[in-house]
Amino acid sequence: MDAITIAVQLLNGVQYGLVLFLVASGLTLVFGILGVINLAHGAFYMLGAYLAWWIASYTGSFALALLGALSISFVLGLLLEEVFVKRMIGRDHLAQVLLSFGLILVIDEARQILFGKDVHSVTPPEWLNGSIQLTAILSYPVYRLALCLVCILLAALIFYVIQRTRLGMIIRAGAENRNMTRALGIPFDTVNRFVFAGGIALAALGGMLVAPISTVFPGMGDGMLILSFVVVVLGGIGSVTGAALGALMIGLTDTFGKVFFPQVSSILIYVLMAGVLLWRPNGLMGKAP
Amino acid sequence: MSALLSISDLRSFYGPSQALHGVNLEVKRGEQIALIGRNGMGKTTLLKSIMGFMADRRGEICFAGASTLKSQPEDIARAGMAYVPEGRGVFGSLSVVENLVMSARPGVSGQQRWTLDRVFEVFPRLTKRRMNGGHQLSGGEQQMLSIGRALMTNPDLILLDEATEGLAPLIAQEIWKTLGIIRGEGIATIVVDKDHRSLSKVADRMVIMTKGEIAFDGTPATLATRPDLLEKHLGV
Ligand SMILES: Nc1ncnc2c1ncn2[C@@H]1O[C@H](COP(=O)(O)OP(=O)(O)OP(=O)(O)O)[C@@H](O)[C@H]1O
Ligand SMILES: [Mg+2]
Repeated sequence: MDAITIAVQLLNGVQYGLVLFLVASGLTLVFGILGVINLAHGAFYMLGAYLAWWIASYTGSFALALLGALSISFVLGLLLEEVFVKRMIGRDHLAQVLLSFGLILVIDEARQILFGKDVHSVTPPEWLNGSIQLTAILSYPVYRLALCLVCILLAALIFYVIQRTRLGMIIRAGAENRNMTRALGIPFDTVNRFVFAGGIALAALGGMLVAPISTVFPGMGDGMLILSFVVVVLGGIGSVTGAALGALMIGLTDTFGKVFFPQVSSILIYVLMAGVLLWRPNGLMGKAP
Repeated sequence: MSALLSISDLRSFYGPSQALHGVNLEVKRGEQIALIGRNGMGKTTLLKSIMGFMADRRGEICFAGASTLKSQPEDIARAGMAYVPEGRGVFGSLSVVENLVMSARPGVSGQQRWTLDRVFEVFPRLTKRRMNGGHQLSGGEQQMLSIGRALMTNPDLILLDEATEGLAPLIAQEIWKTLGIIRGEGIATIVVDKDHRSLSKVADRMVIMTKGEIAFDGTPATLATRPDLLEKHLGV
């Protein structure tokens, strides 16, 4: 295998990891800060892709599709937090699992009613639709490169908000000791609502961004949900840095696994997870409870 | 002048078990109250009730002119109250500066007397630790940070539980000195501590709790004339 093929696989792995990071960072934040297990996270990934396809097919504009789908998901997140998720805070995990499983069914049904169950594809904007010629026979889609760039920018933004802004300090403080932040006058209900909506929006954004390079289909959130949980556990619950490391590890393991060990590639990420957990039971960046 | 905090017939419950049995207490603006009593007599429970953390509290609590009996802690805090809990509640994963910045806000009447610089001026020890994580601090530094963090909310009343517990005598001295500064700023405080001698030097009033009730409420001078009370309720 030549260097250029490896480089291409490396790009694929990193790109996969970056998308995984977007989705999983939302999951880990909701888990870490609200303490709520959200099984419906993958459903929002699927919904984001369908919304993007739907808006794009009406307007013909990918940019409008992104903007519209992102706004709809965010507002939906605010509403769901207010109506359902808020009540799950502090409840046992079984209640949360049941509620969010119910949400999956509702979102799936809503998707069925609104968009049907057909498989769709989304065309990226014209100027991102080409390929870069790497060698005489090998080319790489410009959209994938742009996707990497956008994900890196978004990751930088997430880190900036969490590490450098006052909102980020409040979020980290609240993840550590919610009651103490309340005693300091921080309206944690509001923080929770925005963290949840932000998490949902990140999942949906992941779905929208991959829509042009994969197909949009009803079950696309299921695999993503499981992988996101693997990332969250691998990185340590609530840690965005951990999610970044975990997502990249999984993206690369999965991509290179398929190239070098195709027979066992489907279990490689779980072997990786088991190995990491044996070494660090709370995940890469997780703190002992 | 009306009281900043007035509590009447306060009864608080942990599930079925009652921890406060009808507490009456008034705190005027700028007044420093020492709350003392043996272990398990309800001092922490009283502070938690005032701050809004006791879900089941009955009677009446008025703070800054409004009833807070049904209010949430965040709303009570925003009405001008700050809490330095037992165990200090420092955010270990945040740096010293971040602990202070995250809580910063102007007071109820817009006062912004407490800033990062001012807190570091009062606690020079913290200056050297600005970039350290909360978990890296000693107990004394954590207590200073927790008090500094409370001050950053520019409060009218600070609830300070176990002010010097577990601190070396020299550090405890600094905390007592700080309480003097806070008093000089016109901020009211309710301070819980085992060291009633040091408390009686700084406090305007001494309040003794026993079994969820107030057994004594008067000036340090009055209490000094009643060694029997100290013996009975503190065992000294
Ligand atoms: N979480 C709780 N659940 C049930 N009972 C509690 C709880 N916390 C305190 N109590 C009870 O309430 C009573 C008052 O406790 P509290 O902590 O207020 O006392 P304290 O005066 O602060 O004591 P200390 O000096 O030990 O801090 C005690 O009898 C205690 O056992
Ligand atoms: Mg106590």
